[in-house]
Amino acid sequence: MALAQVVATASGSRGAGSRSLVIRGLAKEYTRGKLVLKGIDLTMDGQGFLAVIGPSGTGKSTLIRCINRLVEPTAGEVRLNGVDLTKLRGATLRAARRRIGMVFQEYNLVERLTVMENVLCGRLGYMSALDAWLRRYRQSDIEDAFGLLDAIGLGEFANRRADALSGGQRQRVGIARAVMQDPDLILADEPTSSLDPKTAVEIMELLTGLAGRRSIPVIVNIHNVELAKRFCTRIVGMSGGAIVFDGPPGALRDEHLKQIYGGESWL
Amino acid sequence: MTAAAGSPGAAPRRAFVPSWPKRIALLAVAAYVIYAASLLGISWERFLIGMDEGARFIGRMVPPNFTRWELLLKGLLESMQIAVLASALGIAISLPVGVLAARNLMPASVTVPMRVFIGACRSLHPVIVAIMFVKAVGFGALAGVLALVVASIGFIGKLFAEAIEEISLKQVEAVRSTGASFMNVMTFGVLPQVMARFIGFSLYQLDSNLRNSTMVGIVGAGGIGGTLFAAFKRFDYDYVCAILIAIIALIFAAEIFSNWLRRTFQ
Repeated sequence: MALAQVVATASGSRGAGSRSLVIRGLAKEYTRGKLVLKGIDLTMDGQGFLAVIGPSGTGKSTLIRCINRLVEPTAGEVRLNGVDLTKLRGATLRAARRRIGMVFQEYNLVERLTVMENVLCGRLGYMSALDAWLRRYRQSDIEDAFGLLDAIGLGEFANRRADALSGGQRQRVGIARAVMQDPDLILADEPTSSLDPKTAVEIMELLTGLAGRRSIPVIVNIHNVELAKRFCTRIVGMSGGAIVFDGPPGALRDEHLKQIYGGESWL
Repeated sequence: MTAAAGSPGAAPRRAFVPSWPKRIALLAVAAYVIYAASLLGISWERFLIGMDEGARFIGRMVPPNFTRWELLLKGLLESMQIAVLASALGIAISLPVGVLAARNLMPASVTVPMRVFIGACRSLHPVIVAIMFVKAVGFGALAGVLALVVASIGFIGKLFAEAIEEISLKQVEAVRSTGASFMNVMTFGVLPQVMARFIGFSLYQLDSNLRNSTMVGIVGAGGIGGTLFAAFKRFDYDYVCAILIAIIALIFAAEIFSNWLRRTFQ
């Protein structure tokens, strides 16, 4: 079994080009014996928008947090560009993390910093403590940040404090911060769940647009199945800590949704 | 709704249940206050005698005597210098100490010794610490500065650690997810959330240090306190009054200054 996994992983990482993500046998238990993730296998070949759908508490957030190790996986491996992230520690882990952008449900901007400082947070992984303290950013980073702010329509807000923004504006800044990292992968954890339906669509357009133009693959946890079908190229359905559906949006049928969420009265 | 509550004629349900432990505790406290007063011989007659003496004392204090104003000013300035120096040093040391004592950022192996250190700084009154420093480094302002540095660490360090423990970890998580180092997470994720409060604590401590710096002189640690104590011993109550008025003026001026600082930094 273990040998088969190693072989599969090795061939997987060889087969996929750059920006490949290969997850093998990923398991997580927060309390002993209670598996939240029951051996997830997932391969992304470095492009596209993957939506993870599933009921609350089924381990979607845990899955993407295991990828950038905000949550420690219990078993299994996560290979990004061939490097097993679960084996990294300290500086090498941070170096891997700066290649993975993350967008959060509640935006998680640093409220008391300006919009510009929040976007430039995306470069923190590349900066020494002294440079960060003195805000000594490279001019090219600053120009990139201004370019991104213009692209998300918040160019005028650069020096406004983040807590002065609306929810939709904050999430735009959150996306800009992730893109600013120049990542090989963007993880989005329920990026639209705190937003109204119209803003949610705008945010998904922005996320897929910005990432698509830069060919950054995106994994997005999402509750709204319609949004997932509309914006994503691949849908993974999770239930009870395991993947029960994996395919293009067109292949997702009502019986799959029944299997993912349970029951059918809501359909 | 239960059947019993709904049935007519049943006793009305109580929204506010009396707490007997609380009542007993209040009674016990009241009883101890009366007991302690009787034990210490504090009676109404004793209080009246005290008031009579107090009136005579106040009579000797007015009018205040400012003829030795040069000595007064010199002492006051030294007190101010002690306070400002002790605050600057204390604030600088409290920043890392507070961070190291925050339980949401540091492992217990770091926070426990730091909390013991802060607790030790807090538990001894500045006068006691000042006496120890006078014995250790000799009479004068240095002992006063060191004593107030200890007091500053005790106060700011504790409150700063508590402020850090209340921050939003979501913001910290977001900064951490960019691959930022620990120091950069501090600079961009933690400090922005607590800086305003840190400045508030620091200004409060500056105010507190000013008041305490007028007192450490009593035990020989520099400042106006020495002059004040000498005036008391010589029964120069009118000069005592002048010193007290000067101290009050200094504290008021500091209040105005620190309000201005607070506005500037926020």
